[in-house]
Amino acid sequence: MSTPTALRPRLLGRAAVNVVVGVSVLYTLLPALWLVLAASKNADALFGSDVLSLRDFSPLENLRDLFAMDKGIYGRWYVNSLVYAVGGAALSALVSVACGYAFDKFRFRHKEKLFGLVLAAVMVPQTVLALPLYLMASGTGLVNTFWAVFIPVLFNPFGVYLGRIFSEGYVPGEVLEAARMDGAGELATYFRVALRMLGPGVVTVFLFQLTAIWNNFFLPMVMLSNQRLYPVSLGLYSWNSSATVSPEYYPAVITGSLLAVLPLIVAFVLLQRFWRSGLTAGAVK
Amino acid sequence: MVTVASPAAVPRPAPVTRSVARRGERVACGVLMAPFFTLFVLVFLIPVGTAVWLSFFTADEPGLGFGPERTVFVGPRTYQAVLSDPTFLRGLGVVGLYCLLYIPLLVVAALGLALLLDSGAARLRSLAQFGLYLPHVVPGIIAAIIWLYLYTPGLSPVVDLLARADVTVDFLGVHTVIPAMVNIALWSNLGYNVVVFYAALQAVPREVVEAAVVDGAGPVRTALGVKTPLIRSSIVMVVLFTLIWALQLFTEPMLLSQSSPMVNSRFSPSMYIYDAAFTRNNYGLAAAASVILLACTIALSYGVTRWTNRSAAGRKATS
Repeated sequence: MSTPTALRPRLLGRAAVNVVVGVSVLYTLLPALWLVLAASKNADALFGSDVLSLRDFSPLENLRDLFAMDKGIYGRWYVNSLVYAVGGAALSALVSVACGYAFDKFRFRHKEKLFGLVLAAVMVPQTVLALPLYLMASGTGLVNTFWAVFIPVLFNPFGVYLGRIFSEGYVPGEVLEAARMDGAGELATYFRVALRMLGPGVVTVFLFQLTAIWNNFFLPMVMLSNQRLYPVSLGLYSWNSSATVSPEYYPAVITGSLLAVLPLIVAFVLLQRFWRSGLTAGAVK
Repeated sequence: MVTVASPAAVPRPAPVTRSVARRGERVACGVLMAPFFTLFVLVFLIPVGTAVWLSFFTADEPGLGFGPERTVFVGPRTYQAVLSDPTFLRGLGVVGLYCLLYIPLLVVAALGLALLLDSGAARLRSLAQFGLYLPHVVPGIIAAIIWLYLYTPGLSPVVDLLARADVTVDFLGVHTVIPAMVNIALWSNLGYNVVVFYAALQAVPREVVEAAVVDGAGPVRTALGVKTPLIRSSIVMVVLFTLIWALQLFTEPMLLSQSSPMVNSRFSPSMYIYDAAFTRNNYGLAAAASVILLACTIALSYGVTRWTNRSAAGRKATS
């Protein structure tokens, strides 16, 4: 990018700017680095606050200990999280984007009021919904099952908002008009033509919801009592409470945390451009 | 934006096929919206309604529990009970203090960093953004675990280094526990908001900035006086979402409560609701507390949008 000479700050200012940015990046990266180092050190180094030295590495043993802890329940939690997050986010993205598309392309009465109601749902705290959802789940016998966690996370009003914006941007009216001229029905047009154009938008909504479900902790805590249904977040929480009594859980919590972050980092790095388009769509407009 | 072809260019379909097309449209619209609105009713409207209902009624068991259970209208009594409960009020105070510390700090820091990145003076801009954004990918509970361990003496290299320099800090003491939580939230969300602001700044027309420079505005003046007002809508959006999120404060105190006596089981309103519902099994109390929390969220969000609209109108009038 070329900056006009007048815009270019003086050398001292430039150095100060880079120091401030550099220190901020250290602030965000060092705790993550600590997690990586702590996960690869053995317990003695960990409790000796000796994490920063370059001795006592034992990452493989830590992994083996992690998957052996409590009869290997961590692997089970990990699979649960993957199913909740990938399945839930995929379904949720399709549902939300379809609704956002309908809000964009069809006209009906009180449309904007209805859309406002959907957006207002973003405001309602999860804690408000948790107790009624729990009572409903226990009334239908779904409490402490897979569905009790899976169904509520499909609801993503912000995804509808994003879906509408993406539909405005990616699906030109002429294309739909052309499909109609060819005699295609509205639904066929959506599934064969529009959905393909909305692909990047679906991926963006999917990613946001994937992160949200992977992070979800409150709902599983309310709904689940069977440890074998826990997602990783709740499992680590329960191990951490055990660690206050029996410190041998600490290394497992640390290594387990690192492993739980990895899929999100991989998804983030591979799909960065989708992430960015969601951020800008959500904030700039 | 969607551009609509001019009506003259499109051959008009006959009226009969038009009404058929309208019906087709209506069916398609319904089919595409039905899954979302089924969820909307099931996991949103009914639960919100239930919460309000529960807060006004209570299950009463007359005859020492031998009689048939009936539901009694108790009206505002539950609300009075919640609002006169010192632990709930303290929770509201805690969240208020947390928001007052956290939101200005986050917005100022994120905006400042975004302006620095946008100024053209910073190097390795995308790398810096990547580094800043990374913690946002870390789940909230894991962010809380990382920082809890970094606060814990015997585990933390930070506490250890400070101790070697003869500084003893208790990060989870009376006066430090709320700043400690603010720090966790700031660490998680700083980079996300930097990216949001930076994207908005990129959309500021370069001519406007250049015009300001030609008029003799320095880099600081340009950043604060020209660019910042132009991304107001992004700032409002960030304040709004951060506020809604911060009022729900739950994950961090819930985790810290396992290790710090300073954090009790009713530390924040959300924890109060959880405790009332699932530890004390007092559904009415939990429902009333959650309706109050919801009302606070709506009132404050409305206040933020109102206030910013008014200040925008005021600015337009004076300029």
